[in-house]
Amino acid sequence: MSEPARRPDGALPMTEPRRARFGSLLKQLFFAAVVRPVVLVILGLNVRRRQLLPEAGPAVIVANHNSHLDTLTLMSLMPLALLPKVRPVAAADYFMTGGLKGFIANELVGIIPIVRGGNRERDPLEPCKQALKRGEILILFPEGTRGEPERLSSFKRGVAHLAGAFPEAPVVPVFTHGLGKALPKGSWLLVPFFCDIFVGESFRWPGAIDTFMATLEARISGLASEGRFPPWT
Amino acid sequence: MTLYLGQPWPVLAALAIVYGVLILATIVVGLIARRRGAEATQELSARVRSWWWIVSLFTVTILIGRGMAVTFLGFISFLALKEFLSLVPTRRVDRTTLLWVYLAVPVQFYLAYINRYGLFIVFIPVWMFLFVSMTMALRGETEGFLRAVGIVSWGMMMTVFTLSHMAYLLVSGDRQNVVAGGAGLLCFLLFTTQFNDVAQFFWGKLFGRHRIVPKVSPKKTWEGFLGGLLTTTALAAITGPMLTPMSHLWSLAAGAMLATAGFVGDVTMSAVKRDLGIKDSGSMIPGHGGILDRVDSLTYAVPVFAHAYRYFFYS
Repeated sequence: MSEPARRPDGALPMTEPRRARFGSLLKQLFFAAVVRPVVLVILGLNVRRRQLLPEAGPAVIVANHNSHLDTLTLMSLMPLALLPKVRPVAAADYFMTGGLKGFIANELVGIIPIVRGGNRERDPLEPCKQALKRGEILILFPEGTRGEPERLSSFKRGVAHLAGAFPEAPVVPVFTHGLGKALPKGSWLLVPFFCDIFVGESFRWPGAIDTFMATLEARISGLASEGRFPPWT
Repeated sequence: MTLYLGQPWPVLAALAIVYGVLILATIVVGLIARRRGAEATQELSARVRSWWWIVSLFTVTILIGRGMAVTFLGFISFLALKEFLSLVPTRRVDRTTLLWVYLAVPVQFYLAYINRYGLFIVFIPVWMFLFVSMTMALRGETEGFLRAVGIVSWGMMMTVFTLSHMAYLLVSGDRQNVVAGGAGLLCFLLFTTQFNDVAQFFWGKLFGRHRIVPKVSPKKTWEGFLGGLLTTTALAAITGPMLTPMSHLWSLAAGAMLATAGFVGDVTMSAVKRDLGIKDSGSMIPGHGGILDRVDSLTYAVPVFAHAYRYFFYS
């Protein structure tokens, strides 16, 4: 077995597995020390049926999208040990820009970047499929963008293609309310509000894209109708 | 007064009695659970368990020191405000204003902590009240303005101003209560009001027939209210002279006042919840509901007692 080449200062360079372990630790630390306190103390959550969240991958969590906080809040509900396996799917053009936003998205949250629209030569969902193959848990927002906060817009069908490719992975529908009020698109001012997270029963690939989309939309609007939300204009 | 653990002995005695009551309640609920099955007492035992948490947290903060206690009370006020603002309709343009209202919480409790009564008493009803209206008007959105400014101002008064009087009593009471200090005043106020909540609940459950305000709160009955009033007044007449400089007669009056004010606070918050179409204000405290469900009686009892006591007993 050959020694890896030493750096000029004599230290061993970080190997890939070591880097990955360090990355996981950083992610867990970020959630334990920053995200969880903010979510629990400043926001405050009302979670229904938390036990229905997947405990192992491969699985797909599908939620409505109101705010950057959606991703962070959903992830904060997962056990720390599971966090390195939880990967939100996000737009490459928005997050792969470097700077602080890119650092948080890539290093601390661990997004899977996908390319929106345009070039169809390569399957844009390929990175998601790879992740499911590795047994990871994906978080998907089929509304595509955060859109108008606290309004449900129509779902894109990419999620159905993904579920079709992995029929054994359970799909867990989640409805969130309030996070768009706390931090809507276009604002950097976090205003405290109690937020609702309703987790629904998981379901599996029903065999056809249309049936899948209909089931998903029915599940999420079913969850939405559980709550009574004050008007926000 | 002699101090033990940094507290006057009547405060420790009062806490010990509360723990005694809690132990008793736990045993009784356990016995009922054994007889009728755990399901019949699920809500009741959740309620008792939450009481253990509330009382323990209160004990710890009281024992640690005034700064910690005021921070704890301020945090409760923040939670109540947050719960309120999450339940009511709000406008997106008012987000910044809401942030200012949140920031008023630490300021108000700090003013209580440094015992500057003059500023403490005008900060929210004068300065914040005017400021909130101003920021909303300057934003330039007139649609729903009156409604929004009314909702936010009312919420600020009910969850921050009224409840901050707990911190005021605790800090200023150290000089104004030779018997058991600020902690004595606060314990008398809180224990009496919370006891009254429980007493009204039980009297109402056992004998409740004639409703007082059926449209607002169908479970509030004359039997519950009067039964609670009598037991609370009797209890206050005994505990008052131990924890405060009030005589038996004054304590009797204070007990009746707290029971009535607590009832009114409860009904007022019920009216809000009914208007919003909800039963509980939240799910933070198992068996009780939200923070507002627990502090509703205090929103009236705390300022009413604080100002009455201040008027007659502060020098």
